[in-house]
Amino acid sequence: MTHRLRLGALAAAVAGGTALLAAGPLAAQDGPIKIGVLEDQSGDFAAATNVKVNAIRLAADEINEGGGIAGRPIELVIYDTQSDNRRYQEFMRRVLQQDQVDVVFAGFSSASREAYRPIVNQFDGLAFYNNQYEGGVCDANMIVTGAVPEQQFSTLIPWMMETYGPNAYTLAADYNFGQISAEWVRQIVEENGGTMVGEEFIPLGVSQFSQSIQNIQGSDADFVVTLLVGAAQASYYEQAAAADVGLPMASSVNVGQGYEHKRFTPPSLASMYVTTNYIEEIDTPESQAFVEKFRAAFPDEPYINQEAANSYIAMNLYKQLVERAGTTEHDALRGIIAEGDVCFDGPSGGVCLDPKSQHMSHTIFLAKVEDDHSISFPKVWENIAPYWLGDSGCDLTQNDPSAQYTPSSPPPAN
Amino acid sequence: MELFATVFAMTYQFGDAFAFLVISCAGLAVIFGMMGIINLAHGEFIMCGAYVTAATARAGLPLPLAILCGALVAGIVGMAIERTVVRHLYHRPLDSIIATWGISLIATQGMLIVLGSTMQGIGTPLGSITVGERSYSAYRLVLMAVAIGLLLGLYLLFYHTRFGVIARATIQRPQMARALGVDTRRIYGLTFGLGAALAGLAGGLYAPTMTMVPTMGATFIVESFVTVVVGGADIFVGAAPAAAILAVIKASMTAWYGQLFGQIGLLVAVIVVIRVLPGGLSAWLKRSKQ
Repeated sequence: MTHRLRLGALAAAVAGGTALLAAGPLAAQDGPIKIGVLEDQSGDFAAATNVKVNAIRLAADEINEGGGIAGRPIELVIYDTQSDNRRYQEFMRRVLQQDQVDVVFAGFSSASREAYRPIVNQFDGLAFYNNQYEGGVCDANMIVTGAVPEQQFSTLIPWMMETYGPNAYTLAADYNFGQISAEWVRQIVEENGGTMVGEEFIPLGVSQFSQSIQNIQGSDADFVVTLLVGAAQASYYEQAAAADVGLPMASSVNVGQGYEHKRFTPPSLASMYVTTNYIEEIDTPESQAFVEKFRAAFPDEPYINQEAANSYIAMNLYKQLVERAGTTEHDALRGIIAEGDVCFDGPSGGVCLDPKSQHMSHTIFLAKVEDDHSISFPKVWENIAPYWLGDSGCDLTQNDPSAQYTPSSPPPAN
Repeated sequence: MELFATVFAMTYQFGDAFAFLVISCAGLAVIFGMMGIINLAHGEFIMCGAYVTAATARAGLPLPLAILCGALVAGIVGMAIERTVVRHLYHRPLDSIIATWGISLIATQGMLIVLGSTMQGIGTPLGSITVGERSYSAYRLVLMAVAIGLLLGLYLLFYHTRFGVIARATIQRPQMARALGVDTRRIYGLTFGLGAALAGLAGGLYAPTMTMVPTMGATFIVESFVTVVVGGADIFVGAAPAAAILAVIKASMTAWYGQLFGQIGLLVAVIVVIRVLPGGLSAWLKRSKQ
C-alpha cells in the first residue's frame, strides 16, 4: 500500500517536473507582457503625473479585456519615483534587471529623463517618455509621445507676437527643460523679428516672485512666456495677478499639465495661452469618449491632461508594435517603426510615429484661459510632424547617437 | 516722483523679503531657537495651517478668522505631538530628529492620500495699488505690517507677561523653576504649541498667495532655519536684525543677479555668520552691550 503510494507520488512528481520543464521556455512567449511604470506619485510633480499612472491602468484594463497584446495579458509593475531623480535611477535598474520588464513608461521632468536614459541605454531597454519636453532626444532606446518645440513653440510664439506685439519676456524653470525651451523661444522670437526684453531662470522649489514681477513690469514686454515647473513655482500666477501685471501669458507646460486654471481662483490665469496636444476640454467626439471612460474608471480624477492622453496612446502604440512584430524584441519593434506607418486614432485625433526620431506627430490646440477660467480654442494646427530632429540629421533607422541636441548644439553634420 | 517710485520699489522688495523671513521663522524661533528642539516636521505645521485656512475660508469664514483657525488647529496639533512624541525625547536630540522626520513623512504622505495631490487655492484678497509705473499686491503690504506686529507681540508676550517669564525660566533653568512650583511639563507643552501655532499662522498668511500642495511647507524651511541660525540663541534680540540683514542681502542679490543668486547670498550669509559669530547676532549684540 505505502509502497504503491510512494511510487505514485514519484511518478506524479516526475510527470510534474517534465511538465514544468516543458512550460519553462514557453512561459516567456505565453506569460504576461510586463510593463514598468515609473511616475511621480508624490512630491513636487505629483499633481501633474498621478493621472498618467491611471491612464496607463485604463489602457491596460482595456487591452486585457480585449484579449491582451497578441493574446498575452499586460502586467503592470508600478513604482512611485517621488519627484526624485535618484529614485528614477534606482527603479529603472530594478525594473530592467530584477523585474525584467519588456518596456518601461517613465518620467515627467526632463531632469529625470536624462537621469534614467543612460541606464536604459546600458541595459538596452526600451522606454516610452510620454511628456511634452524641450525636444532633441535622438536615442533608439527611447520612444517619445509628448509634444516638442517645433509643435508647441513654432506655433505659439509667432501667434502671440502677431496678436500682442513683438516683445517677449521669458520666465523659466532653471534646469535643462527651462534652459533649452528658453533657447527655442529666443530663437523663434528673433527669427520673427521680435525682441527678448527679459529672460529669467527660477530655481525649482522657489515660491516667492515679487522681484520677478517687478522686473516684468519694468520691461516693455507685450507677453510673458511662463515655463514654470512644479507646485512651488505655480505660485507665480496668483502673485502676478495680485500685483495686477495684466500681461497675456504663453506657455508649453501650464494648463495642459498642471491644470492651474482649475486650481487657482479666477481670474489669476486669464489670458494664458497654451499649445497642447490634449486637454479634457477639447470638444471632439474622440476626446469626449475618452473623458467619459476615464471618469467611469477613475471618478475622483481631478483633471485629464495631455500626458494622460499621451500615456494612453503610448500603450496602444506599443500593443500595435508588438502585434505587428510578433515579438517584444526591441530590434523587431524598431523595424516596424521604420516602416513609417505606425499610427493610432486616439483621444487627440490621429497620431503617427516618425521613424527618424521616434517622436510623434500631433494636432496642436491653442488653449486660451478666459476670465472665468473656462477654456476656448482660438486656433488649431492639424497634424504637425516632429520634424526638427530628422531635418537636422538625426536618423535612428541608420545610427543611434543616444544624445540630446539643441538649436545651439545640433547633430554633427555627416 | 520717479525717485519716489524707485525707492518705493526697493523698499517693497526689502519689506516683502523681511516679512517672509520673519513670518516663516517665528514658529521655528520658539521651538528651535528658544527650546532647542530640532523639529523636522516644522514645514508640516505650516502646511497644516495653510490647509485649514483654505478649507475654512472656502467654507465661508472671513479670511482673517480663517487664518486664526489655521494657527489654532496647528497649535493644537503641535501640543498633541509634544505630549505623545516630543516630550519623551527632550534629552535625546538625535532621536527627536528621527521622530519628527517620521511625523513629517506621515503628514505629507497622509495628506497626499487623503486629500489628493493639490487643493484649490483661495485667491489673494485686497487687489493691487499703483505707484509710479508699477503695481503692487496690497495684501503683501499687509503681510509686512503683520511681520512687525508679530515681532512686537512676541516680545511683549515673553518679556512683559507672567507666562513669558515662567516660560523663559523653565527653558533656561528647569530644575529651579520646578523647585519654585512651576509645572514645567505644562509650560513645555504650551510653548511648543505656541511655536506650532506660529508656524500655522505663517501657513495661513501665505496660503492665499501660494499653491496648495502637501509639500508646501518645504519652501519655508530653508529661509526659517537660516534666519533662526543667524539670529542666535536669544531670538528676540537676534531675529529682527537677522531678518532685516538677510532681507537686504536677498532682495539686492535677487534684484541684481536673479533668484538663484538671492538664494546663494542667503546661504553664504549663514556660513559667514556661523564662522565669525558662532553665537549668532544676539550673542554678539549682548556682548557689545556689556
